[in-house]
Amino acid sequence: MAQKKKPPRVGDHPAFRRCLLAVVLTLTALVVVAPLLVIAVQAFSAGIGVFLATIADPDTRHAIMLTVVTALIAVPVNTVFGVAAAWAITKFDFRGKRFLLIVIEIPFSISPIVAGVAYLFVYGLQGLFGPALEAADVKILFALPGIVLASMFVTAPFVARELIPLMQAQGRDLEEAATSLGASGWRTFFSVTLPNVRWALLYGVVLCNARVMGEFGAVSVVSGNIRGQTNTLPLHVELLYHDYQTAGAFAAASILALLAVVTLFAKVLLERQGAGRAGRPTLAAPQTLKAETLK
Amino acid sequence: MKIRLDNVVKTFDTFRAVHGVSLDIESGELLALLGPSGSGKTTILRMVAGLEYADGGHIYFGDEDATDIPVRDRGVGFVFQHYALFPHMTVAENIAFGMKVSKVKREKAEISTRVGELLRLVRLEGLGERFPSQISGGQRQRVALARALAVDPKVLLLDEPFGALDASVRRDLRRWLREIHDELGITTLFVTHDQEEALDLADRVVILNEGRIVQQGTPQEVCRAPNSAFVVSFLGDANRLPAEVLSGKADLGGTQLAAPDLADGPAEVYLRPGDLEWSNTGSGIAARVLRVIDRPDARRILALTESEHALELDVPPETEVGSNDRGFVQIRRARIFSKSASGA
Amino acid sequence: MTRRRVLPGLPLALGITLVYVAIIVVLPLGALVFKAASLGPEDYWRIVSSDRAVASYRVTVLSALAATAFNLVFGMALAWVLVRYRFPGRRFIDALVDLPFALPTAVAGIALTALFAPNGWFGSVAGLAGIKVAYTPLGIMIAMSFTSLPFIVRTVQPVLEDLDPALEEAAQSLGGSDGSIFMRVILPLLAPALLAGLSLSFARSLGEFGAIIFIAGNQPMSTEITALLAFIRLEEYDYQAAAAIASVLLIAAFMMLAVTNLLQARALRYTARN
Repeated sequence: MAQKKKPPRVGDHPAFRRCLLAVVLTLTALVVVAPLLVIAVQAFSAGIGVFLATIADPDTRHAIMLTVVTALIAVPVNTVFGVAAAWAITKFDFRGKRFLLIVIEIPFSISPIVAGVAYLFVYGLQGLFGPALEAADVKILFALPGIVLASMFVTAPFVARELIPLMQAQGRDLEEAATSLGASGWRTFFSVTLPNVRWALLYGVVLCNARVMGEFGAVSVVSGNIRGQTNTLPLHVELLYHDYQTAGAFAAASILALLAVVTLFAKVLLERQGAGRAGRPTLAAPQTLKAETLK
Repeated sequence: MKIRLDNVVKTFDTFRAVHGVSLDIESGELLALLGPSGSGKTTILRMVAGLEYADGGHIYFGDEDATDIPVRDRGVGFVFQHYALFPHMTVAENIAFGMKVSKVKREKAEISTRVGELLRLVRLEGLGERFPSQISGGQRQRVALARALAVDPKVLLLDEPFGALDASVRRDLRRWLREIHDELGITTLFVTHDQEEALDLADRVVILNEGRIVQQGTPQEVCRAPNSAFVVSFLGDANRLPAEVLSGKADLGGTQLAAPDLADGPAEVYLRPGDLEWSNTGSGIAARVLRVIDRPDARRILALTESEHALELDVPPETEVGSNDRGFVQIRRARIFSKSASGA
Repeated sequence: MTRRRVLPGLPLALGITLVYVAIIVVLPLGALVFKAASLGPEDYWRIVSSDRAVASYRVTVLSALAATAFNLVFGMALAWVLVRYRFPGRRFIDALVDLPFALPTAVAGIALTALFAPNGWFGSVAGLAGIKVAYTPLGIMIAMSFTSLPFIVRTVQPVLEDLDPALEEAAQSLGGSDGSIFMRVILPLLAPALLAGLSLSFARSLGEFGAIIFIAGNQPMSTEITALLAFIRLEEYDYQAAAAIASVLLIAAFMMLAVTNLLQARALRYTARN
């Protein structure tokens, strides 16, 4: 006896289903897949020689180095901050917690240009500390420190927002048990807390890294765009593009696109380990960060 | 509306949930589908509703073959186990939903009058503007019932209607559901795993096991004349003792019971605790008391026979008995099933 | 707050957190506000209400609204398809949805420009129909849609996954058609998540820079977005104007946050207990 289908759910009508799928897949191809393809095509449009020459160009190599160095500083510092913030917010009750959470989330909703401009008014010559820094001959803007600081601003919430909902959901019982058994704070963190949140932590780190390496707006304000000195890879892409070296620009861009693809791949793998789920919206409270953590 | 199931079959992937079930439900009847989990009772209910399609067989509503009618056109009222109230609608909006989406256009005033009537029927006057999250579990259950009744269904289907409620609320709601049924006279089918609930509420009980109907009948019939060991043990506590049938008599190691219709061979005797008596002297199965459990209306003796079988028996509260007493168990009533046919 | 602290590490963890937040987030924003405030009300108003600034607000807000509206429909459809339907390549599409987050905005910007320029793959096709995309507000809208697409998909998707099937079954058993069940039951239940996604998407579009400047054409009064205007004022060493315009974007972002929280509280009022 042939098995009959389940009774149709809402939207299961075959004609409707086919139409919707066709429209959505076509749009996805146009909107999401095409940009990725065009990068690859354009990168090699002037031949593999131009591609390799762009990559081998000292300015490009310097831009890559600068991007990597920025990430090597900004991501670990951000990770320490994210872990510290999550520990303080989820394992303790204190006044102003709600406010602190909002402040941590602010960079997420602010234009990177605003961030860049804001940094100018702290460390620039016309800024708060500018004259003092000038007198002491310390260069922050238009140099590596400025780029790192701006990158840290735009990515400030990345690690914390992955950890906080998860550690909130896990509660304090395990840590309290470990402490009651005589474990020190560090021991408790490394052998009880960290193993339970390691995938979420890595997830946050991966996303943070992608954003640091790809940040454009904020960095373009504070870097000064000095070719071969303060140009990160995204800025270098812009510079080549505006120099009408289109193939070169796309060749440099293809490195960043590859980074994006690797990031997506890592993201999928980490999501299979359960990362990235704790903070997701639910029926009861779409923004878990706001609703649940703030008891 | 009379409902008829004719040899209905349902398979999920490779698991056959319902094996050829045939069942007649009389118009206006209140019928319970009773069985342990996995017995297929909820699947049968969902097939009657049109929430699952049968793989084989037919379901008739009156004379109409309803097997392939989609749920939205079948005209059933379904009360979900966890009520499935729309959380973003008030109680009144929940009840009005079916009338609002109906193909039959109704005036606003007509709808609100009907909602008022239903709120009165389920005794929730004044709570119409509350959201489901703002009322108690028992109240939600009544809203779910009112919502299902609002569309004047041909049949009312309830999936474990009292499963999510506290014991005290459950008993009241049970009586009340019976009253509503008697008042409206609507054909009603409900699913439960609680035999007390089924026996208390239903005109007729259908007992299911592993996708098949084991026995059906009035509560009196299934209680007084259970047709299998499964029914006996599912309906309540029962002691089980091995016996040997020989020419119409079952022998329990000395004690003889009449077993007129059974073939010779090994058998099992089922004894309800209330069907046993205890005496310190006299005849019966010799046993030793392990422990006595006191309850408001009786004392329960946990005893061990000389053949090392555990027995539980309920005796009147004034019975004087204590641990390690020796005495005799007399059998007032027993159910005997041949070992091969017992199915357990 | 009365609970005794059992676990160690609060001073260190909170110390790191506060220092980081103070230096990285609060100090710069404070400096920006201070700078903008030091302008005086008249100068401030003159800068933020100049014709060029107002034109930039108009094109930014209108493009962001259009992009968000597009994403509302497309994002919902994409989330629906990913949750409700099974088809080959579903997991691949699911992973691709996050590409706009992972792809650096400058890279997205030049890629979209290459696609939509008059001689590009899509631009040439649109040109045949007489539609100019790159270097027009339409191009800005497309760049905004691209960068903010994941917000709506990723806020709606999990809620749609968790939606109790019994709610739909109940609505069906009460005689609801697909359309009425979607409008009366599913959509209202998605509303809070949708609202969150919409506001994130809109806020991102308002502030987007990298993806837009390549495709926008950047003509003052017509295709110049507000973020770019702030940037241009900086390059002209007009720091006060840059501060003032950046502060407008900052205020807009804070207003979005406040409005979203209010709307969400309203959309979720039914979960409140008496």
